[in-house]
Amino acid sequence: MTDVSSSEASSAESSPTAVRYSPLHSIHEQLGAAFTDFAGWMMPVRYSSDLAEHHAVRTAAGIFDISHMAEIHVRGADAGAYLDYALAGKLSSIALAQAKYSLLLNEAGGIIDDLVTYRLADDHFLVVANAGNRFAAATALTERAVGFEVAVTDESDDYALIAVQGPVSRAILEATAGLTDFATPLDELKYYRETAATFNGTDLLIGRTGYTGEDGFELYIHVDAAAALWAALTVAGEPLGLVPAGLACRDTLRLEAGMPLYGHELNLGTFPVQAGLGRVVALSKEGDFVGRSAIEAGPDAGARVLVGLAAEGRRAGRADYLLFHGDTEVGVITSGALSPTLGHPIAMAYVDSDVSEVGTELHIDVRGSRIAASVVSLPFYKREA
Amino acid sequence: MAEKSELKYTAEHEWVLVDGNVATVGITDFAAGKLGDIVFVDLPKVGATVAEGKIVGEIESTKSVGELFAPVAGTVVESNDAVADSPELVNSDPFGEGWLVKIEFSELPSMLSLDEYTALTGE
Repeated sequence: MTDVSSSEASSAESSPTAVRYSPLHSIHEQLGAAFTDFAGWMMPVRYSSDLAEHHAVRTAAGIFDISHMAEIHVRGADAGAYLDYALAGKLSSIALAQAKYSLLLNEAGGIIDDLVTYRLADDHFLVVANAGNRFAAATALTERAVGFEVAVTDESDDYALIAVQGPVSRAILEATAGLTDFATPLDELKYYRETAATFNGTDLLIGRTGYTGEDGFELYIHVDAAAALWAALTVAGEPLGLVPAGLACRDTLRLEAGMPLYGHELNLGTFPVQAGLGRVVALSKEGDFVGRSAIEAGPDAGARVLVGLAAEGRRAGRADYLLFHGDTEVGVITSGALSPTLGHPIAMAYVDSDVSEVGTELHIDVRGSRIAASVVSLPFYKREA
Repeated sequence: MAEKSELKYTAEHEWVLVDGNVATVGITDFAAGKLGDIVFVDLPKVGATVAEGKIVGEIESTKSVGELFAPVAGTVVESNDAVADSPELVNSDPFGEGWLVKIEFSELPSMLSLDEYTALTGE
């Protein structure tokens, strides 16, 4: 038996430097995790069964170590105006403690990274970038600061990031010993908002954000306090069904939720509008921003667009598998798996715009066999409100 | 389920149990663990002729796809229908209920012992 394809470690390019370990690495080893190289980091891919971990997040909760993510602070009187120039969204208009999904574009309108930005104060934002794009994002953000009264600092090495995701996440955080001093009580914290809190005297930031399609929280804390926080969350969460969850289920969870993964659905050669992210680009905002003129010109007519695909049976199309309409090649899959929640194969793919209508019947070339698939709307899965 | 020490192994992570002129073939716990949760298995049909070292099936997990190679040349005499219906058997019992195919052979190639295979995987 030979492993012929795996998408676990394929998000963006790996760092050329030595392998990095999370501040929680020894905990994962004690838990018996299998590890994978993700953008130069040795991260848990699964602890026991990625299907069981996936289902736990949908029905109870999972705890993820995503300390490989990058944290870049932006401070200064011009912080809002600067981010309006540096990013595609209008960050100056978000409220205090609000989070916003945005894109870092290059001059050609291509996507350098997708990011979540939190407003911590009028003149202070936290930008969270993908691990594989940390240096590209930090470099671009630093270069774009010229002329603005702003300081851009990559503080990633100070942070551990723990995500608790799933319908019982709030109950777990509320039951966690030592987690107190919430600036906003969790029952009042809306989705895509953050609150300050403390854990045994250490300040932390809690975002009601995530990458699974479930309610959940992401906890940003200093590396020195991370292991104790993980342990406390686990003690509080186990009676409620919390399990440690790895990157394998994180990928199937985000795929079901229709969320793009940089290096798969997003890259330097993709315009936001092709990825269904046109609404993330605030063309109506005043002033210039990097990539504006290219975005206004738009991609070439007929450029491929991102769609969802659903198939029957159990054999899934995977990243890089080609799509056909009749005998004509019309697209390529960027992410695909047998959906653990839905029980049938799903995929995201870029297809020619003339075959992107929902209901269009296509074929996936699965290693020489043709599997029928239909274009469906995204997301594949949406939690009940 | 046979003792692991009684089995032969391939560098492609198949195990082989020889009984007379029939080889029962599966994948090792190491391979199953690397794949993750197995969700689909495609096996050759009974009566199919298989050549040593050639791809005869596929094993898919949520995250990746593995190819099954025939460790011996011969004719498929049985294919594990239980695994086709419940692919998770390959994870839960790779050396037992998770067996994949039985191949009738006339000549047995050289394969790895448990010690040699263990040295290969480093586990």
